[in-house]
Amino acid sequence: MSEGTVKKFMFVNRKAPYGTVYALEALEVVLITAAFDQDVSLVFMDDGVFQLKKGQQTKGIENKNFSPTYRALDGYDIEKLYVEEEALAARGLTEEDLLVDVTVMSRAELGKLMDEMDVVLSF
Amino acid sequence: MLIAVTINEGPYQHQASDSAYLFCKAALEKGHEIRRVFFYNDGVNNASSLTEPPLDDRNIVSRWSKLAEEHKLDLVVCVAAALRRGIRDENLAAGFRISGLGQLVEAGIEADRLVTFGD
Repeated sequence: MSEGTVKKFMFVNRKAPYGTVYALEALEVVLITAAFDQDVSLVFMDDGVFQLKKGQQTKGIENKNFSPTYRALDGYDIEKLYVEEEALAARGLTEEDLLVDVTVMSRAELGKLMDEMDVVLSF
Repeated sequence: MLIAVTINEGPYQHQASDSAYLFCKAALEKGHEIRRVFFYNDGVNNASSLTEPPLDDRNIVSRWSKLAEEHKLDLVVCVAAALRRGIRDENLAAGFRISGLGQLVEAGIEADRLVTFGD
């Protein structure tokens, strides 16, 4: 049974926040997984790094700005946030452009980290 | 092996549902157990009973219903994703049930492997 079992869940976010629904619906799974007291890690790679960009304004596209939720992850004991170094560099971004504290890692290091996970869900 | 499957893309538009179906069939034939199939994102559209493909094409929705009946599969559609896309009990195909995201997490915890089909 699942009661008492803690697995390492990793959520890999690869898409920009608003062109598709993946980022928003990934966040919904992340919050539920934390509610199940699982060991949760988040990775932001490729265009997924834009999900954490400071200063998102969505009024013009009539989408809800859900970026404040990333700041609230703390409150759900979700503190393992990893960002792909190469993805940031390729998009002209640095850690200072992001709205939460993250650990920046190379693609190769992230690969090793993924290896240690029990469940990897990619959005 | 105890396997759980998640499908994140809609039928016909994307191969995810086809691949997942063939994967489940092959796994069952090999004697593995499918703990649950969870439908998320546009994957919830795989559960619409209103789906009516041309007669010379495969019927992705009824194919899932049939497999569920034969193997007592637990086909779960995410309620929040379903409501966003107009899938509800009134147009839910046979063999599917609507429930929360906790069912996906639980499947991930209980299964030996969680296999994702999506983009």
